[in-house]
Amino acid sequence: MADLVLTTSVLEETKIQIENVLIQAGVNTVLLIDEAGNVVAACGHKTCDLDMTSLAALAAANFGATSQIAKLIGEDDFSLLFHKGKKDSVHFARISTDLILVTIFGESVSLGLVRLRVAQLAKTIEKTFGQNN
Amino acid sequence: MALINLSKREIHCKIVYYGPGRCGKTTNLLYIYNAMNNQARGKMLTIETKGERTLFFDLLPLNLGKINGFDIRIQLYTVPGQVIYKATRKLVLKGVDGLVFVADRLKVRHGKNMESLQDLHRNLLEYNLTTEEIPIILQFNKCDLVPTPIPTLTKEELEIDLNSELNTKVFEAAATKGIGVFETLKEISKRTIQYVATKHLSTKLSG
Repeated sequence: MADLVLTTSVLEETKIQIENVLIQAGVNTVLLIDEAGNVVAACGHKTCDLDMTSLAALAAANFGATSQIAKLIGEDDFSLLFHKGKKDSVHFARISTDLILVTIFGESVSLGLVRLRVAQLAKTIEKTFGQNN
Repeated sequence: MALINLSKREIHCKIVYYGPGRCGKTTNLLYIYNAMNNQARGKMLTIETKGERTLFFDLLPLNLGKINGFDIRIQLYTVPGQVIYKATRKLVLKGVDGLVFVADRLKVRHGKNMESLQDLHRNLLEYNLTTEEIPIILQFNKCDLVPTPIPTLTKEELEIDLNSELNTKVFEAAATKGIGVFETLKEISKRTIQYVATKHLSTKLSG
């Protein structure tokens, strides 16, 4: 697992991509984290109210734990990781090998739209980070 | 896996406290949390069982000030020590930049200390890491029990058991009283930042 060095250009480009694809679709908060639980980028209007450090650490741990469950039952990985709440829900998606995209959205946004947009975003983020390394 | 954010000028490192069950890993973090001021520490997160044993991990984020204009942010993690939580220990080690191995001075924990160190070596190898590469220091905890009638291991016995291969710096500690806790933290923070900085400061960070 190599260290991740983030340049200003990559970070800014990634944030613009997240804003355009997910935040403008009505999603509350988007966190891009690494597998060690570090926050790479945070977007959305609820970022100030949330404990980002704890959220990132728990999200990475949660993702790691479910990946292990997948392996125990003979799967490589679960393609969909989603927690439904009364008001807000959380969607997790792996981007390349080291990054995880955590999307928090309310009732007004459908899971289908989130999945579609996340899949779209995953490709562009992967490309942005790929060019950086 | 350190994260170096050139935009915010921040370096994030992950330090993991490893060791057998009930050796005092969480106690180390709790002492640090209680002793540090609000500006330097973040919120402590613990995922424990009903019996106050760590189930997944504890997390304590710290802000250690600036080096070369970069904010140094360290995240301290503990692992669950019990043998059955091998899979969770491996997960917590993902992206580790520095290690503290907390050994228990109680004589009855002699085998558990060695078993835990072997488990650490095995788990690191699964990430293609070794203790020769990752900074590691040893802490012999519960030294306050030495003068009591409770049978304890001598420092020399622990050195032979645990440090003959590692050959690293050792701190004696009594985590409940805070003895040796900050000395351990200071040393591992220094070594971890050096380890991360030597890989990156000379090249990308200078730009």
